[in-house]
Amino acid sequence: MEEWRFAIQIAAFSGRGDPTPIAETEKPLPAAVKDNRDKLLERAMSRHQYSGDALIEVLHTAQELYGFLSPERLKTIARKLRLPPSRVLGVASFYHFFSLEPKGEHTMVVCLGTACYVAGALGLVEVLQRRCGAGSKVSVQTARCIGSCGLAPAVIADGKILARVTKASLGAELDRIG
Amino acid sequence: MSVKTLEIDGKMLTGVAGETIFSVAWNKGIRIPRLCHIGGISDVGACRLCLVEIEGQKKLQASCLTPVEEGMVVHTDTPKLRAHRRLIVELLFAERNHICSVCVMNGDCELQELATELGIDHVRVRYQFPSLPVDLTHERFGLDHNRCILCTRCIRVCDEVEGAHTWDMLGRGTNSRVISDLGEPWGASDSCTSCGKCVQVCPTGALFAKGKAVGEMRKDRTFLKYIVTAREKKQWIE
Ligand code: SF4
Ligand code: FES
Repeated sequence: MEEWRFAIQIAAFSGRGDPTPIAETEKPLPAAVKDNRDKLLERAMSRHQYSGDALIEVLHTAQELYGFLSPERLKTIARKLRLPPSRVLGVASFYHFFSLEPKGEHTMVVCLGTACYVAGALGLVEVLQRRCGAGSKVSVQTARCIGSCGLAPAVIADGKILARVTKASLGAELDRIG
Repeated sequence: MSVKTLEIDGKMLTGVAGETIFSVAWNKGIRIPRLCHIGGISDVGACRLCLVEIEGQKKLQASCLTPVEEGMVVHTDTPKLRAHRRLIVELLFAERNHICSVCVMNGDCELQELATELGIDHVRVRYQFPSLPVDLTHERFGLDHNRCILCTRCIRVCDEVEGAHTWDMLGRGTNSRVISDLGEPWGASDSCTSCGKCVQVCPTGALFAKGKAVGEMRKDRTFLKYIVTAREKKQWIE
């Protein structure tokens, strides 16, 4: 899986911390569920007649089904939609919605939009970076304005918005989810 | 084909409908600066160096993407444009690690040439000094990301002329990077045909042939016109 590491190193070349090592396979799941996911992805592609124009929709489905886009998955999608692999990775890496790495059990998205930034969101990112390093259960992400400026600084914890977050309240939330 | 008459830098010129300001100007020897444009492949308007002023329009327009219109009055070289171009080139220098003195393209680099033309003797913005790799895995060529200006010429020539689409762009913003296939080393690419077109069109020393010493690399871009004319008109002319 050397190739994949290379891609990840590239993806992580952002100065935003070290590249996270990539799990070689996805989290083990009951066989039935797993088969089902492959089928669902296949169905999404056939619904679009395997058209290359449906790349974003298909990536969307794959992201939702598997939680992240592995190199094998991207390769399969490229082949089935008859697209060059580089374009598929290019698109997948362009949108923040797609992740190329498996996510932790929990996700924390810190809003870095102007309002949250001014209200000290960077301090929150620091706390998360310090506490949620390699091997942590929590994946840390940032976003550009989640549209809740009145709640600045805002953090989305596992899909739930936390308002007017302070370093202390964020610390308490991290303690809570362990 | 309808003909459009317009004024560029005080000269009355004509172009056919759909032709760009850039192409009409260059055909008449008005050399608008450019880095991402190269004749023979599509234009994307990535570098913004070809910006021009059009009378009656507030916004500057990328001449490589703007079709000529009847009665247009275009200025390609004003103090305002020069100031913008200068800043763009300074930003390009600051964004990656362009060290001409150790580059294979020293003396034949489009970025260097443009900087000289614009009289850039220093850069006013802070250098980023990103830490970037050099891919030397291909048998005959190398890719030094430090010298890449993200013009996407390599991506377009590979897709449109060679048809392999080995290259594409990873990520966005300052994190953008040219990748081959699924981000694997160039040498491991299944789709690359080793044709070398990307190397020839690359304006800087980012893509180069191996075995060249400092200042030794020269690029030949005449092949592009030759192939494209042959393909489109079935005429094999120099
Ligand atoms: S490698 Fe060369 S041709 Fe390709 S994007 Fe970079 S500067 Fe442009
Ligand atoms: S040449 Fe027009 S934007 Fe680059």
